[in-house]
Amino acid sequence: MTGVERMTFGKAINAGLRRCLEQDPKVLLMGEDIGTLGGVFRVTESLQKDFGADRVIDTPLAESGIVGTAIGLALRGYRPVLEIQFDGFIFPAFNQITTQLAKMSYRSRGSLHLPVVIRVPYGGGIGAVEHHSESPEVLFAHTPGLRVIAPASPNDAFVMIQQAVASPDPVMFFEPKARYWDKGDVDLSVTITATDATDAGEAGDPAASTSGTPVAMDRARVARPGTDLTIAAYGATVAMALRAAEAAAAEGISVEVVDLRSISPLDAATLVTSVRKTRRCVVVHEAPVFYGTGGEIAARITEECFYELEAPVLRVGGFHTPYPVNKVEQAYLPNLDRILDAITRSLAY
Amino acid sequence: MIPTGDRTDVDTVQLLTPSGERLDHPDYSPRIAHLGPDALRGLYRDMVLVRRFDNEATSLQRQGELALWAQCLGQEAAQVGSGRALAPHDYAFPSYREHGVAHTRGIDPTDILRLFRGVDHGGGWDPTERGFHLYTLVIAAHTLHATGYAMGLQRDGLVGTGDPERDSAVITYFGDGATSQGDLNESLVFAAVNNAPLVLFCQNNQWAISEPTTRQSRVPLVKRGEGFGIPSVRVDGNDVLATYAVTAEALDRARSGGGPTFIEAFTYRMGAHTTSDDPTRYRSSAEEEYWRQRDPIERLRRLLVADGELPDTFVAELEAEAEARGEQLRTAVRAMQAPAAAQMFDHVYASPHAVVESERAWFTEYEASFLDAGATDGGTHR
Ligand SMILES: Cc1ncc(C[n+]2csc(CCOP(=O)(O)OP(=O)(O)O)c2C)c(N)n1
Ligand SMILES: [Mg+2]
Repeated sequence: MTGVERMTFGKAINAGLRRCLEQDPKVLLMGEDIGTLGGVFRVTESLQKDFGADRVIDTPLAESGIVGTAIGLALRGYRPVLEIQFDGFIFPAFNQITTQLAKMSYRSRGSLHLPVVIRVPYGGGIGAVEHHSESPEVLFAHTPGLRVIAPASPNDAFVMIQQAVASPDPVMFFEPKARYWDKGDVDLSVTITATDATDAGEAGDPAASTSGTPVAMDRARVARPGTDLTIAAYGATVAMALRAAEAAAAEGISVEVVDLRSISPLDAATLVTSVRKTRRCVVVHEAPVFYGTGGEIAARITEECFYELEAPVLRVGGFHTPYPVNKVEQAYLPNLDRILDAITRSLAY
Repeated sequence: MIPTGDRTDVDTVQLLTPSGERLDHPDYSPRIAHLGPDALRGLYRDMVLVRRFDNEATSLQRQGELALWAQCLGQEAAQVGSGRALAPHDYAFPSYREHGVAHTRGIDPTDILRLFRGVDHGGGWDPTERGFHLYTLVIAAHTLHATGYAMGLQRDGLVGTGDPERDSAVITYFGDGATSQGDLNESLVFAAVNNAPLVLFCQNNQWAISEPTTRQSRVPLVKRGEGFGIPSVRVDGNDVLATYAVTAEALDRARSGGGPTFIEAFTYRMGAHTTSDDPTRYRSSAEEEYWRQRDPIERLRRLLVADGELPDTFVAELEAEAEARGEQLRTAVRAMQAPAAAQMFDHVYASPHAVVESERAWFTEYEASFLDAGATDGGTHR
């Protein structure tokens, strides 16, 4: 497959996984209902049919087992790509992820690598029952040893899943499930294999580029240029940030949107460059604000841009409550109004 | 056709065949000897009402009134039989499909739909008063809570006193898929070493979403309990008399201090996993047909008809009752309002928490600002 094709976010991940399975016989897919059914979101649709039940594996219903055995398989040279069915069901595997997966490189003084990818459909807004709408990314970002990334567009989904599989490090790959049906152009000519990965663990061109070389998975991207204020977003909230920028433009406010793409590491350089220019920043994520990604970003920007800032970095996100019932989730989630409200407050300083 | 995961070499307790004939069992027949025609009609009524409720909920979901529905279609006998074996002071920990057990605990069916409509994370019933815990969606997590609860009963001297008003037991429900979870296996360990008054009731409905039981186990699931030193029994889960009998026996053992029992109720999920699922993608209509022939309600109906114990008037009254309840349910669900958004800040903690309180205050003021704006310039942002 080559050329540019318009497809949904979910199909783009499917295409990326297919590319990985084609390129590297060591790539395995493991998860609940990912085979015959193609996953509850159909992200792995047809892959078992095309690559066989020994490479696209319907596992027993046990997340700790999925991650724990993937660690063993990775020690044997396999590259397991795991699907956790929903964000809220990752916790039985939390022990394996944080005490084992994240630390093996460190404990073995670099002699053991665990190139395991854990795909997690995350985020809310789909009217689901509890445990199906959460944003637990910060729990993993707070764990040294894990790379944590979240694509926001179909093209990034296609590229970044390949970069994640190519990475020698464990990667938490957060898929904004509310965006699975969004369509976008995907450049199918991009193929990334493990040999492309640099020593630092990134595949692609570290410098943001439009040259056909994909941007490295740990780099942020300016999704919309602007001059008056920077919105930092990732995954689920980038689309909303772009809408807010559009709405603000109608009021004569020029908003720059930075799509972080990576939560760990954080591409502070791209963000700082943006904020030095705009002097104002609003961070938007669905996860609770309290001790969240926004707090880290606010601290970084304050340290690096203290003299340029015109306003404190503001945060828009979830509250310090469990994810609420779906009839009120729209009040919990950052929406257009809350982002515009934060923009207004920032500009009022 | 042999159903998925079936094994002919495993004893399965059955007291009523699919064609409605009684079978004798030396251990279990005495357990149902006291069930006369009234009691049998009662079980029949239970199952008919549960199925009607389940179908009503499915239609409500299709009409957009519920976010999701997890049907118990086909599992009525397993749930009603075991649920009716419980004493009022026993305690049940369900997963998310135990609407039949909920019925036997006197839960208002409307309350169950609160969770599935998305207005409540729990239900609306008082778990302590009903002896029926909240539904748990995280597979197998609640089986440990059930084990601990049973250990609590034991500590409180509510086991093995010989006083039927006092001696109590706990039952927990989970699926075939759940048997793979660490939590379930840890429950078996804790229940066994503590000799906890617990009944572990596994409804093997042959499927965990799209995965057949063979993806979870190489041996019949009933063998899982044995490995932990827990007496285990497989029962025909579509036979309400047999599920009643084996559960009654297991509960008695638990209450008298005899420890835990593992029950595998061999049944079938006749519907989709939930309303979001499409079973045609992974299972055959021949299999579905095989199980339709073993419908749990139909076999009890056949027995009652053969005994001349199902008069037309009873059937007509039951139909009218089911219809009236359906009507009531539809009305109640449609009237179920979304909670005020600020309620999301309630009960996060049992005592005030500064972060929650400041966020609540901010949110309340923020919401009010729209009302003010709306009053003055007519603008609506929401
Ligand atoms: C820890 C966890 N992992 C995954 C899920 C998603 N999930 C919901 S139901 C289900 C299958 C459950 O199968 P089984 O235990 O047989 O119960 P059944 O639904 O058949 O009653 C899965 C995988 C979940 N709810 N919890
Ligand atoms: Mg099942």
